Amino acid sequence: AGSGLSVMLGGRMALATPTEELIANFTGGAEITGEGLTLTAPEIAENGNTVPVEVDAPGAESIILLATGNPNPDVGVFHFGPLAGAQMASTRIRLAGTQEVVAIAKMSDGSFARAAQEVKVTIGGCGG
Amino acid sequence: MAENVTPRVRVPKEAAAGEVITIKTLISHPMESGQRKDKEGNLIPRSIINRFTCTFNGETVIDVAMEPAISTNPYFEFQAKVPESGTFTFTWIDDDGSTYEDTKEIAVA
Amino acid sequence: GNWSRLAAQQRLSQEDLIGTGGPGNVTLIHITDIHAQTQPIWFREPEINLGVGEARGLVPHVTGVAFRKLYGIEDGSPLDYALTYDDFVALGREYGRMGGLDRIATVLKAIRAERPDALLLDGGDTWQGSLPALRTEGADMVRLFNALGTDAMTSHWEFTLGIDRVNQIVENELDPAFLGANIFDATWDEPAYEPFKMFERGGTAIAVIGQAFPYLPIANPSWMFPDLSFGVRQERMAEVVQEARDAGAEVVVVLSHNGFDVDRKMAAQVPGIDVILTGHTHDALPEPVLVGSTHLIASGSHGKFVSRVDLDVQDGALKGLTHRLIPIFSDVIAPDAEMTALVEETRAPFKDEMAEVLGTTDSLLYRRGNFNGTWDDLICNALISEREADIALSPGFRWGASLMPGQEITREDVFNATAMSYPEAYRSEMTGETLKLILEDVADNLFNPDPYYQQGGDMVRVGGMGYRIDIAQPQGSRVTEMTLLSSGEKIDPSRTYVVAGWASVNEGTEGPAIWDVVESHIRKQGTVSIDPNTSVDVVAG
Ligand SMILES: [Mn+2]
Ligand SMILES: [Mn+2]
Repeated sequence: AGSGLSVMLGGRMALATPTEELIANFTGGAEITGEGLTLTAPEIAENGNTVPVEVDAPGAESIILLATGNPNPDVGVFHFGPLAGAQMASTRIRLAGTQEVVAIAKMSDGSFARAAQEVKVTIGGCGG
Repeated sequence: MAENVTPRVRVPKEAAAGEVITIKTLISHPMESGQRKDKEGNLIPRSIINRFTCTFNGETVIDVAMEPAISTNPYFEFQAKVPESGTFTFTWIDDDGSTYEDTKEIAVA
Repeated sequence: GNWSRLAAQQRLSQEDLIGTGGPGNVTLIHITDIHAQTQPIWFREPEINLGVGEARGLVPHVTGVAFRKLYGIEDGSPLDYALTYDDFVALGREYGRMGGLDRIATVLKAIRAERPDALLLDGGDTWQGSLPALRTEGADMVRLFNALGTDAMTSHWEFTLGIDRVNQIVENELDPAFLGANIFDATWDEPAYEPFKMFERGGTAIAVIGQAFPYLPIANPSWMFPDLSFGVRQERMAEVVQEARDAGAEVVVVLSHNGFDVDRKMAAQVPGIDVILTGHTHDALPEPVLVGSTHLIASGSHGKFVSRVDLDVQDGALKGLTHRLIPIFSDVIAPDAEMTALVEETRAPFKDEMAEVLGTTDSLLYRRGNFNGTWDDLICNALISEREADIALSPGFRWGASLMPGQEITREDVFNATAMSYPEAYRSEMTGETLKLILEDVADNLFNPDPYYQQGGDMVRVGGMGYRIDIAQPQGSRVTEMTLLSSGEKIDPSRTYVVAGWASVNEGTEGPAIWDVVESHIRKQGTVSIDPNTSVDVVAG
């Protein structure tokens, strides 16, 4: 998703990281100033292959989820329809290593909000 | 084509008119990312579910565009408003063109 | 220490140790992290217990003379012996072993004589850590803690018995409520065990919320409990506290296995908790730590201490709290005959096996401390010689009793330092780069400045290799100057080394059980002697 757009913006965003590029595609380059998005993820992943993540942004039209440390940071985009009981969703994602998970919400007034959470992916072992 | 793809859905059986309910969905699917290699070192081709939708009586609750970073056996939990009795339809769309569907009735007392 | 002036034991009395309670209408008794130690033992507290971030320099990250100064503990006094590491051998010979479930039973009876309805709360790590507990899959400890009259417990190592055994115990054998607000099923993300239990004592409603060890699937083998998910789940804790208040709780107690620094942060972030009974990090503190209006209690480990907490609850709110950390001096507190008999019954099938003498130690063998202890050095030596390895890795467990210099080493002693359900001593090849990655990863689980990113436990113990660690650096930059001790050469990132270790969390790990490896090594040595380990150079910032 969004690969067409990223080609279109390729010239302008030549120096951007893949994450920045994906965000720019999502926002159309608009500034991210709003608040009201909550991203919930564990501080330490129990298993990097399936990390629970929840996004919640009352009043959002859509939310993009990005794993900034993955080879391809794209995770998914949630679009909320008229019968969404809340603009929130939980899923489980793959993280290639310790990294920041980022979400951007597009609000119904056209503004954008950002939230991020560092998730540690560890080898494990030891204990008290 | 992915084998043994089985959707599972948890929806309450009844609700009050206008109530917001929690829905949980899970579909067994390998979500082959396209980045793993087999024993011979060849890339295993990407094969994922790339879209999930939930509608109620034809109207959208949630519509998710999915990338390979979504885990094996994709799980979604979300909330839906229930204005009247009716049917939730859940649809998963596979890279290979297959579509998996499940439905759940809910009664508004 | 000034211990020579003491005829200490004679001056201590059971009555003085147990004392009396404070004012109030609710009494809590807290035991935690006993690690299946039913017998009086030696247990040396850590010399190095570094705090990072906001916890730097705060208790429990204070040891030795600084600890004595902080709490006004006299050199050579009973509390010096019980709570600090230095002069351990001399003071140990004076004051004797600590703990013993039959002594604990005596203390419980004394408290209940005054307060028949005192609540007995067990913080977990109860069913693992000894040969009988290993062989009976925790059945001995379940039976003994039932007999003590335990009201509720939470968990960590319990789950290393495997999910089926845990559920069998919880459903059929266990008297206390098995609580864990943060234990969820991994498939549907729904609570898997009871989050809290409401108790009615002296006309007061007390909610006891359980919090299991948050990092179980990382620190221990997740394949043993495949469909469970843990985590700190701060929001969930806030919800459960609210639920308990809504259900009429006048006082909210969290029976926690988070570890002290995680509890300190949780206390600051989650409103409405009156008392957190802390566990997992094995700290013992003679006074509560107050965070906002939450009192944190730390009751040590291995049966060395029992905490008594008296709460004065009036008009639905906590008005006052009195705390007493009761040290279990086994030569002063009389054993309870009934409990002695019951404990002996659980040990009887293994008695001869456990009593077998394998050798003698010339050195004090202890484990606790952020870096190598002498027990771990002995285990690493065993791994290197028995598994013919360049380098040995031994996990930074905080459990395991100490042995005094000159003491015979029995098979029971070896199991007290090694008994667990994934003991395979592996032998594998690792590059220098992988070794560095492992050390950096474990170091960050211990020294990350944010407590929610810490797992508790201590640094992985290393044999055959030295290194320098600067704990204040970020992950990836803490460990330098890794050196192969046998040659004095720097570890080459691209070279392959033979590494032996044990307690891998990976399924299908192969090798002999670690206790057999250690036993064989001790038998060959006859008398073991461990020189102080100077191969880890710690920069504490
Ligand atoms: Mn413990
Ligand atoms: Mn523990």
